[in-house]
Amino acid sequence: MPESVVFFAEVVVGGLMAGVMYSLVALGFVLIFKASGVFNFAQGVLALFAALTLVGIMTGTVPLLLTEYEFLAMPAAVAILLTAAVMIGLAYLIEFSVLRRLVNQEPIILFMATIGLAFVLEGVGDTLWGSNVKVLDIGIPNGNFEIGGMLLREFDLFAAATAAVLVIVLAVVFQKTKVGRALRAVADDHQAALSVGIPLKTIWIIVWSVSGFVALVAGIMWGTKSGVQFSLSLIALKALPVLILGGFTSVPGAILGGLIIGVGEKLAEVYIGPFIGGAIENWFAYMIALVFLFFRPQGLFGEKIIERV
Amino acid sequence: MLYREAGQFKNSYGKDQAIFPIRQDRVVAIVFILLALALPAVLHDDYWYNAILIPFLVFSLAALGLNILTGYAGQISLGTGGFMAVGAYACYKLTTAFPELNIIVVFLTSGLFAAAVGVVFGLPSLRIKGFYLAVATLAAQFFLIWLFNRVPWFYNNQPSGTIQSPPREMFGVQVIGAAAAPEFRYLIALVIVVIIALATKNLVRGRIGRSWMAIRDMDIAAEIIGIRPLQTKLVAFAISSYVVGVAGAMYFAVHLGAAETIAFDINLSFRVLFMVILGGLGSILGSFMGAAFIVLLPILLTNLFVGGLGTAPATAKHVEFIVFGSLIIFFLIVEPGGLARLWQIGKEKLRLWPFPY
Repeated sequence: MPESVVFFAEVVVGGLMAGVMYSLVALGFVLIFKASGVFNFAQGVLALFAALTLVGIMTGTVPLLLTEYEFLAMPAAVAILLTAAVMIGLAYLIEFSVLRRLVNQEPIILFMATIGLAFVLEGVGDTLWGSNVKVLDIGIPNGNFEIGGMLLREFDLFAAATAAVLVIVLAVVFQKTKVGRALRAVADDHQAALSVGIPLKTIWIIVWSVSGFVALVAGIMWGTKSGVQFSLSLIALKALPVLILGGFTSVPGAILGGLIIGVGEKLAEVYIGPFIGGAIENWFAYMIALVFLFFRPQGLFGEKIIERV
Repeated sequence: MLYREAGQFKNSYGKDQAIFPIRQDRVVAIVFILLALALPAVLHDDYWYNAILIPFLVFSLAALGLNILTGYAGQISLGTGGFMAVGAYACYKLTTAFPELNIIVVFLTSGLFAAAVGVVFGLPSLRIKGFYLAVATLAAQFFLIWLFNRVPWFYNNQPSGTIQSPPREMFGVQVIGAAAAPEFRYLIALVIVVIIALATKNLVRGRIGRSWMAIRDMDIAAEIIGIRPLQTKLVAFAISSYVVGVAGAMYFAVHLGAAETIAFDINLSFRVLFMVILGGLGSILGSFMGAAFIVLLPILLTNLFVGGLGTAPATAKHVEFIVFGSLIIFFLIVEPGGLARLWQIGKEKLRLWPFPY
């Protein structure tokens, strides 16, 4: 193959892999939006919080005191389970202290509440586990290998596989189970769902737990890639264009949107970037999303909204 | 007893259309403005001006601008920081290109640039609604900041990439720039804020304001009764961005004195949005209350934790985050209508006082 083609393919594959990472974050957003109509801005911070907790448990850190004890250090598998338990506890806490009290409020009020939540979680995470940059290593393979002249990273493939499994499981749960139907009913209308006997509390705890778990997965992937630190919470901003591109309510949309954004961003950075001064990654994704929205205002797979007076 | 409009008859159209139809409101507003104008005569503490009063005025104006768009026209925007940056850089370019131009004229003109940019980024609002639009406005935020960082022309090729507010005089005293006394910077901010706030108050109760609210409440229904959605939304974007742009110009020239693009990042957008929501969507007074709350709260918390309890600054910062976030959630739960709604409830109670109902 000529070199430019290989290079192009490498950029595309790199973009796809970056896209998978975006999708992982976007997935958490979609879950909560789909199931409770809440645009959860705290998703990025949830991922940060999960990663911080995971690192803390793995290194045997005592919360608040920040001293490490060797005998408290847990193996990765146990630590992940414990962190998942923490995320479920957190979901319960959020439901109890925030969501329960904001039933049937305007979406923008709920959105602001999640921003407040992001502040709280950030403060709590930093206070409990310290704000220094931490290394996260749970033993994901991290070598390189070559296919047809392209250099690929095992870690990226691992991330892609994880995302695929997550999406399949979530899609099945949403479409085929009773809980999934209840989730969709809640998303449509809180009060109506309550009146037909859907337990709102339970549903919210379930959905926030699941998205807490997705946040944990995203936190592991991003944390392994670039260290666990405050900037991890900013990946939420990376996931937003993915979200509007794919549609707020669509799990496959989050994945496809992530891939499109990832590839588009990388291609633009490599082929357009040098002409207009570089560092366009920050806003280019938003531009792609904006152009898409002109043609499909609900995103690629978003539910078409029929409006009536 | 004190607050009752009984006996105040509106016997002319002029009286019926007054900005403050109730005499007590009018008196309070005028007294308040006069007191604010007289403040520099008695208060000479730089800290008060630089840390509290000037930021309060500037942020009130920004919140006012965003409130037009989000509170009255119902279009959520997260691009406030970007539009403020447009105002700031326009102000810098204008005043360095035409040094003899009156600084108030410069402020008011730089808003026009922000308005133009706002219209461009408001165009998608016809097709996109709700949170999709909110995310789309983030495109403006990131793109504009990137642009001001990348093109040296905007900061006159300064090697540091910073824009500095140059010394400018009015009536023989320096009003902006490094050597300007905080009293005069406060006064210039106050005058602009009062003028724009009154103009906005006037605007939102007229035809334009009503068409915004119709679009906000139900855009399809508004369209059916003959309100043109594109024009209405674009006018909202233009006027909102204009006010936000003037606020940005003052944020840079009056409050900060020197600024880099980092000052206008996404956090600024969120701060202003907080002010609007906590103050009250669709309320002019609410913008001021929200701004006061968000400006004062961190100062209070820092003083409390670092000054009062002697906590280490780093820990205090984290605790501040927690308290700040919890307070926002608390307020949303207690009164989703914002501080302005609380004020309104208080006024209703005052009308009946001393009777419960």
